[in-house]
Amino acid sequence: MQAVAEKVIARAKELLASGEVQRVLGWEKGEFDYERTPALFEQGNIDKLVYDKFCAANLSKKLVEVSKLEGKTLALIKPCDSLSLNQLLCEHRVKRENIYVLGVGCKGMEGKDGLCMKCEFCKGKNFAISDEVIDDESCREVPQSDRFAAVRELEEKTPEERYAFWRSELSKCIRCNACRNVCPACTCIKCVFDNPDSGVAAKANVDTFEENQFHIIRAFHVAGRCTDCGECSRVCPQGIPLHLLNRKFIKDMDTLYGDYQAGEDAEARHPLINFTKADAEPSVVLNRGE
Amino acid sequence: MLKLKTANADALYSRISDSAKLYLPVKRAGQVNYDLWESGCEVTLGEMTVKSPKDLFFPQSEDLMAFRVSGKSIEIENPELPTEPFVLFGVRACDARSFDVLDRVFLSDPVDSYYEARRNCGTVVSLGCLEPLRETCFCSVFGIDLAEPEGDVQAWVLGDEMYLSAKTEKGEKLLAAVKDLCEETDGAPLAAAKDEARAKMAKNPLADLDLTGFDGEHMMEKFNAPEWKDLYQACLGCGTCTFVCPTCQCYDIRDFDTGHGIQRYRCWDSCMYSDFTMMAAGTNRKTQMERFRQRFMHKLVYFPANNEGMYSCVGCGRCVSKCPMHLHIAKVIRTLGGKKQ
Repeated sequence: MQAVAEKVIARAKELLASGEVQRVLGWEKGEFDYERTPALFEQGNIDKLVYDKFCAANLSKKLVEVSKLEGKTLALIKPCDSLSLNQLLCEHRVKRENIYVLGVGCKGMEGKDGLCMKCEFCKGKNFAISDEVIDDESCREVPQSDRFAAVRELEEKTPEERYAFWRSELSKCIRCNACRNVCPACTCIKCVFDNPDSGVAAKANVDTFEENQFHIIRAFHVAGRCTDCGECSRVCPQGIPLHLLNRKFIKDMDTLYGDYQAGEDAEARHPLINFTKADAEPSVVLNRGE
Repeated sequence: MLKLKTANADALYSRISDSAKLYLPVKRAGQVNYDLWESGCEVTLGEMTVKSPKDLFFPQSEDLMAFRVSGKSIEIENPELPTEPFVLFGVRACDARSFDVLDRVFLSDPVDSYYEARRNCGTVVSLGCLEPLRETCFCSVFGIDLAEPEGDVQAWVLGDEMYLSAKTEKGEKLLAAVKDLCEETDGAPLAAAKDEARAKMAKNPLADLDLTGFDGEHMMEKFNAPEWKDLYQACLGCGTCTFVCPTCQCYDIRDFDTGHGIQRYRCWDSCMYSDFTMMAAGTNRKTQMERFRQRFMHKLVYFPANNEGMYSCVGCGRCVSKCPMHLHIAKVIRTLGGKKQ
């Protein structure tokens, strides 16, 4: 990782110095050893750019705003982040011509408490999109894991047990909206829940049932477009396993319509907005709830 | 001073619960928050709660009044103010100080009757820290003594014993009701433990933060500091910092249409949100940089300028550990403090 990191920093500096890019989107150190904050770098502060095992934050959403700036931005993109970025490109939310994608090898990211939850289930080390890649053999090993094990465990519960599980988890929500604001699939300019004219605006957890619904509706809204990047669960101050909602949808879509990874192909139509003859009959879908 | 074995703490909680609702740090679904004590619940005094205890005095959402429409008349109903006594147990020194901050806001003229009612009903049992709870603690920077918290009753847990000392009349009343569960003590072992705690706090990573220049005298210098432009960059505009903060006290007032009337409620607001202080004229803060700056200027400059130098940050470190992007108040003080410009 050290060798890859050094190459990444050197290459970023080189591209900036040559004028090929006007700025770099990467991470800088914070107050504590494990704190890494996304930041923009230019000639004056490029020495603060870091890349190491604590750079967990997914930078792809930041490109929605940064790609509107004048000139090209070099973005450091990890394999799983590349899926988010590709999905954003597919939705025309990022200006491709204004970014230079430097794919950076990753061996799993850590936070204060060790390996990030999102890295316990690695989706692979390929880059869905890149202009250039810097990695090595050690960054290409994909740890074996069963991404849907926790979803199956929930499915095996009785409806009452499952209801109790989600009530207890979602009732911790403080409605800070960190999950929504960090989510690369949530890029509405004005969220319906922030719009006083929508009739559903909600600023606080007025009643816990409403909070529970908010998360379920949000999961529906991003279904098919969610790449399972895990940022929602990483940022939740109350440790709610929000990714399990998304993963349940992904598992269902895989089962009904065939395996699909959002963001893998920028041209693809995801199963919920596509039709093939092999699709499950609506009756199959309907009967699953019984 | 009284003491009892921590193994008997449940008997203490149960006794307190006989005459008042008892709220204390409880672990539920993996997270520790202030919650109602029930037999068998997982009381967790040794961890920092995710949310502060301010909910008990200033709930995240609260009904203010209701309007009922019948025919051509509108009836206004005021909710009954709470009168039921409750005990808030295990409040750390930082959070105990936060009540002083909130009091200055809600109990100065015009008094907020909803807050006042809850404040009057509550008895605070604070819990002195005999070591910093986390590496993100920096209460000492604001002159708070972690080992000597404010409150109606002060408590400490040293080894397998809990010490309790009343500081107010309310506190004496509470301890009188639990006296038979405890034994009298002079609390001698506490003195050395408190000194040790202070020494450890002085070595905590953020204890050296320098507040020089954060005062009313240098308001414009701080406001116009060029560093804000870099500091805010990664801010998501979420409300995590404000909602876990023990002193953030801004709220919004909203009307909910019940179909045959209006339920008017208030709920916590966040200066990080785009519609914060939105009015018809549309002159609220337009950029995230302005919103970000507002939060820290309020805590570190405006509030002390209007309150004899009292900061409205208590160094609990919740925002430090919870900001998804690590853009917290410690970073702001590190960047802009220690200088008068």
